Amino acid sequence: MATAHHHRAGPLTTLAYLFLLLSQNIAALLLLPLVIASAVLSLIWIGLPFVILTGHLLRTLADSQRRTLTHLDHHRPVHSGYRPIPPTGINRRASVIITDPATWKDLLWLITGTVNILLIALPLTLIGHGTYQTLHALGLTGGPAIYGYTPTDTTERLLFLIPATLLIALGTTLATPALRLYTAFNRLLLQPSEKARLTARVAHLATSRANTIDTQAAEIRRIERDLHDGAQARLVALGMNLGMAEQIVEHDPATARAMLAEARETTRTALIELRDLVRGIHPPVLVERGLHGAVHALALTHHLPITVTVTLPGRPADPVESAAYFAIAELLTNTAKHADATHAWVHINHGDDRLVITVTDNGHGGADAAPGSGLAGIRRRIDAFDGTMNITSPTGGPTIVTLEIPCALSSPKTSPSSEKD
Amino acid sequence: MRVVIAEDLALLREGLIKLLQAHDFTVVAAVDNGPDLHKALTHHHPDVAVVDVRLPPTFTDEGLQAAISARAQIPGLPILVLSQHVEQLYARELLSDDTGGVGYLLKDRVFDIGQFIEAVRRVAAGGTAMDPAVISQLLARQDSQGPLGQLTPREREVLSEMAEGRSNSAIAGRLYITEKAVSKHINNIFTKLDLPPSSDDSRRVLAVLAYLNGQ
Repeated sequence: MATAHHHRAGPLTTLAYLFLLLSQNIAALLLLPLVIASAVLSLIWIGLPFVILTGHLLRTLADSQRRTLTHLDHHRPVHSGYRPIPPTGINRRASVIITDPATWKDLLWLITGTVNILLIALPLTLIGHGTYQTLHALGLTGGPAIYGYTPTDTTERLLFLIPATLLIALGTTLATPALRLYTAFNRLLLQPSEKARLTARVAHLATSRANTIDTQAAEIRRIERDLHDGAQARLVALGMNLGMAEQIVEHDPATARAMLAEARETTRTALIELRDLVRGIHPPVLVERGLHGAVHALALTHHLPITVTVTLPGRPADPVESAAYFAIAELLTNTAKHADATHAWVHINHGDDRLVITVTDNGHGGADAAPGSGLAGIRRRIDAFDGTMNITSPTGGPTIVTLEIPCALSSPKTSPSSEKD
Repeated sequence: MRVVIAEDLALLREGLIKLLQAHDFTVVAAVDNGPDLHKALTHHHPDVAVVDVRLPPTFTDEGLQAAISARAQIPGLPILVLSQHVEQLYARELLSDDTGGVGYLLKDRVFDIGQFIEAVRRVAAGGTAMDPAVISQLLARQDSQGPLGQLTPREREVLSEMAEGRSNSAIAGRLYITEKAVSKHINNIFTKLDLPPSSDDSRRVLAVLAYLNGQ
């Protein structure tokens, strides 16, 4: 599949990419002396800040090259696999940069910059030279004569056009293989090693697992407290009321009756609390109708008009379904609270083994997943399923939040009325 | 009056049987799962059925589905659905065939036995009984564009009472206005919601349905 979709660029696009890659490599060459200087300086302690500076520059430059390579072939993205640089401490930061194997691979890439430039420069030079000759032969430009001779009549000019055209044709033909060779070579250098990738993956999994455990523990504490202070306390009060009513029913039926009425009211309040609690843990409509029905039900009670489109050939696993539902609920709450929108759209579908959810509103934008915000909370919860959240929310709107959660779907469940809206 | 009960928890099922029998209902069948409910409804043609939403074997909305499919076979079969929670989605589905004779209440409404029995009788008579929780959820949606937006606050109040299933005299009593005023408001509501005169009972259902759809 990856080969079938391999990037097929036109000659102009290829040339544009070649120029972009050339400029990145020239920047790399310029960085090289700085790297050498900071390496020398770091032998004495004073060089460490320079190591940090050049380390950052190197990472930025290599990442921009990785992005260009990813652009060239979307199906084989080149990721960066750096160890995170700690925010403080000159020694710690410098030592992370120096001991990171990714830094050394970057340096290798930096040194091979000359080879890269030659590779790119070849087709560009051929085309450039051909163009120059053409222009000169046509008398469109001055400058030094070609091979010491200036054509005088039309026949000579046309004769000079032949090698010029051949040069341009050769350059254009070489551009694509040169680009392919360049891509393959640099991909090899810039792609993090399998070990680095796995190390990064383990670090991410450890963080997301810790977050999941924390979130769940907090959730269980909240449920315990709600039951303890709510329903449990009310049932005790209920028992007390009933006991007293039983004692006085013979000699004071009027008061007993009032107590019984109060007991009934207490039962109702306890039920309401339990109902809210259940809804917070796992909404019954989600159990009964799945994501499809639950999101429709959510849209019905929301005070903005919401368009819901769901294309799911089956049901995701329970935990995924529940996480997706609460994420959508929270996003719609955010929309109502902050976005000043007049309409929202929820799209849910499944493809490539991922559940893809988009929540869009026509509000004023500016949504931000700052730490501690609701959006950051959603990201953390989605993270537990190895999912991702993308927010596009320019000032002035619209806000588009896309959630992707890897999951398989179970076989479809037939539910006659869930088909209609 | 002949009634079918569907409830999977034995304790609640026995309680409902006792409660309805004490109020002169004849319980012709009491079942605890979806397929049996469908059979009982189509076989007995009861005057009213009291049905739990969530039933075995799937423990999803088996009861609701059985009720809706039985009503497709026997139009207007009166069904009162009881649930631990109420969803507008289900209220809309129950009302969607426009024939009336449906109710949708929280289970704890049985605490007020008088009102509960009245609701069962009203549904049996072809009326509606919507839970106040459904109605208040709708009232919380402040933006009512479309025809509902044209209603005056008083007319909205009357419609909300109507949606819960109250008769004109009951609405008059609750809003402290005369019955004549109530029917005047109701006629205004029908006009604004563009419901031309036909049999008044089904127009009430259509008005309630428009209200539930919230547009």
